[in-house]
Amino acid sequence: MADILVYSDSLNTAKELAFKGKEFAAALGMGISAAALGADADETAAQLGAFGADRVFVSKDAALEGLQTDVVSDALAKIAKEADATYVMVGSTRRGKELAGRLAQKLGAGAVTDVNSVELEDGKLVAARFKFGGATVARETVDTDIKVFAVMPKAFEIEDPVAGAGTVVTPDLSLTPSAVKLVETKPKEGAAVNLDAADRLVCIGRGLGAKDDLTIVEAFCTALGGELGCTKSLCDWEWLAENRLVGLSGAKTKPSLYISLGISGQVQHTVGISSSKVIVAVNKDDKALIFNHADYGIVGDIYDVIPVLTEAVKGK
Amino acid sequence: MKIIVPVKTNPDLQMVRIKNRQPVLEAVPYILGDLDKNAVEAALQLQAEAGDTQVIALTLNQGNRKIKDTMKEALAMGADEAYIVTDDALVDTDQAGKALAIAKAIETIGGADVIIFGEGSHDGYSGQVGPRVAELLGVPEIGFARKLTPGGPGIQAERSMGDFIEVLEAPLPIVITVASEINEPRIPTLMNIMKAGKKPSTDWTLADLGLEAADVAPKNKILSNLAEEQDRKNIMLEGDVNAQVAALIDALTREGVLEA
Ligand SMILES: Cc1cc2nc3c(=O)[nH]c(=O)nc-3n(C[C@H](O)[C@H](O)[C@H](O)COP(=O)(O)OP(=O)(O)OC[C@H]3O[C@@H](n4cnc5c(N)ncnc54)[C@H](O)[C@@H]3O)c2cc1C
Ligand SMILES: Nc1ncnc2c1ncn2[C@@H]1O[C@H](COP(=O)(O)O)[C@@H](O)[C@H]1O
Repeated sequence: MADILVYSDSLNTAKELAFKGKEFAAALGMGISAAALGADADETAAQLGAFGADRVFVSKDAALEGLQTDVVSDALAKIAKEADATYVMVGSTRRGKELAGRLAQKLGAGAVTDVNSVELEDGKLVAARFKFGGATVARETVDTDIKVFAVMPKAFEIEDPVAGAGTVVTPDLSLTPSAVKLVETKPKEGAAVNLDAADRLVCIGRGLGAKDDLTIVEAFCTALGGELGCTKSLCDWEWLAENRLVGLSGAKTKPSLYISLGISGQVQHTVGISSSKVIVAVNKDDKALIFNHADYGIVGDIYDVIPVLTEAVKGK
Repeated sequence: MKIIVPVKTNPDLQMVRIKNRQPVLEAVPYILGDLDKNAVEAALQLQAEAGDTQVIALTLNQGNRKIKDTMKEALAMGADEAYIVTDDALVDTDQAGKALAIAKAIETIGGADVIIFGEGSHDGYSGQVGPRVAELLGVPEIGFARKLTPGGPGIQAERSMGDFIEVLEAPLPIVITVASEINEPRIPTLMNIMKAGKKPSTDWTLADLGLEAADVAPKNKILSNLAEEQDRKNIMLEGDVNAQVAALIDALTREGVLEA
C-alpha cells in the first residue's frame, strides 16, 4: 500500500504532520507512516503513534547524531522506499528545509519547501507557498512518483491525540557518519517570545538609529501592553533575537493591532503582518511603501512620535 | 583553493507591482539576489583569509537579456571569473533542473573545493538548489552559515538554527549555503566596475555541459501564482505630532483595538 511518510526534527511539527497526514492518507486511500530518528527516537515514536501514524520507522543509528543533512536524507530515502511512500512530508524547520532538497534529489523527486498550506484536489495534494518574497502565493503540484513537501511548523492544527499506537518498525539503514562534525552548540540570547499569539504587536525597523534606543521602543511596548517584533536587519545585527523577526523568514502574525516604526514595508516583512486587523505605520518618508499596507499612517520621525504615543496609550 | 558561487539574477522585488492579483514584471529591473551577494562576499572573505584562491561566479540564465550586467556586478565585487549558461530550456526549469545544470557546470569547470549558495534565491527562496547540488556532487553540506573560517580539516562554520548556533567543521569539498547575517556585501567601487569588463567570462549552452532540454524539464507544476487581496484604509493622519497621535488614538478606540 502506498503511504504518506512524515518526519520532522521538531517533535511538535512531526505531530502536526502525522495528525493532518492521517486525514490526507485516509482521503487518498493510503497509509500514514512516520520516521523517528536519533537518540530520542523511542519517545518520539510513541508520540507519533498517538498522533496518528500507523507505522513508525525508528532508528537510533549513531550516525544520526547531530542530524546532518547528508545522513538524515539517506535514512529517509531508505525509509521512504521501505514504506512505499508516495508523499514525503517533512517539517520546514531550518534542518527540514535543507533536508528536503537533498532528499528529493536522492529520490529523483520534485519538492516544494516552506509550504504554508496543503489541500487535496482531484486526488492530488496541492501545496501553497509564498513566491516573490511573499507578494504572491503559488499553488504547486509535484509530478514525480514520489513527492517531497517541506511544510512550515504550525501550518496544520492538531487536536488531542487519538487512541492507539503505531506499529514500530526498525529498518536496517546502514548509515555512514557525516563528514560534517558538530564542534559545539551555542545558545543565542533573548527570552522566549511567541509573536504568533500577540494581540498587540509593535515592530521596529532600520529607522532605529542605535541599539541603545531600543529602550524607547520597549517603553512604548510596555505602555501599550504589546509584544516587540522587528525586521531582518535588526536580527542580523543581533540587536534583537531571531524569534522577534516578523515576515517571510520569521513569524506570520495576526494581532488585532500592529504598529510599525521606521519600517519601509518591503514585501518580505509585510507578508508577516497582512492578517493584522488594524495596521498603523510611522515613517518619516511619506512615500514609504508601508503606507500602502496601513490603515492609519503617521509621517514623522519615530524619535518624535514614540514618546508622545507612549504617553497617549498609557492605561489603554 | 577554488570557490564557485552560483548566483541568480532576479526581478527586483521592490519594483514588482500587483495588478488584478497578478505580479507585473514588465519594466522591472533585474538584480543579483541579496543572499547571492552575501554568498559572493563570503567567498571573497574566504579568499582573503586563505590566500591563493580563485573565486568563480556561475549563473544559469533564466531568460534575462541583461544577464551580462548582473554578472559584471559579481565580477566588480571581486570574483575572478564568470560562467554563464544560456539555454531556452532553462527559462522554465525548476530547482531539480537547475541543480543538475549547476552540478554539471561545476564538473565541467573542473570541480571546486567550496561551493557557496545563498540560503534561498531572491524571488523563489526555495533553498533547494544548494542541497540538491551537494547530493549530485556527493559532498557534505552546511546550510544557513553565519560565519566561515578556513581551518581545521578544511573549513569551520557557524550555522544559525534560529534559537541557537551550531559550530561545525568539515573537510573539503563542501557545499555551503549562507544566511544574510553572515556579512554586508561590499558595494563595488567605480574602479572595480571598470576592471570587471576585462575579467574572463565564458558563455555556455546546455550542450556544452552534456545536457539536453529534457534533462531539465520541470518536475513541479505551478497551478497559479496570485497576490492575496488586501484592503486597507490608507488614512494619513495630519497635523503636528500631538494632533497625529490624538487622531490615531481616536481612530484605534473606534476600531475597538485599544480596549484593555
Ligand atoms: C529571502 C529574504 C527573506 C527576508 N525575510 C525577511 C523577514 O522575514 N522579515 C523582514 O523584516 N525582512 C526580511 N527580509 C529583508 C527585507 O527584504 C527588507 O530588507 C527588510 O524588511 C527591510 O527592513 P526595514 O524596513 O527595517 O529597513 P529599510 O528598508 O532600510 O527601511 C527603513 C525605513 O525607516 C525609515 N526611517 C529611517 N529613519 C527614520 C526615523 N528616524 N523615523 C521614521 N522613519 C525612519 C525610512 O524612511 C525607511 O522607510 C528578507 C529578505 C530576503 C531577501
Ligand atoms: N539560475 C540560477 N543560476 C545560478 N545559481 C542559482 C540559480 N537559481 C538558484 N541558484 C542558486 O541556488 C540558491 C538557492 O536558490 P533556490 O533554491 O531557488 O532558493 C541561490 O541562492 C543561488 O545560489
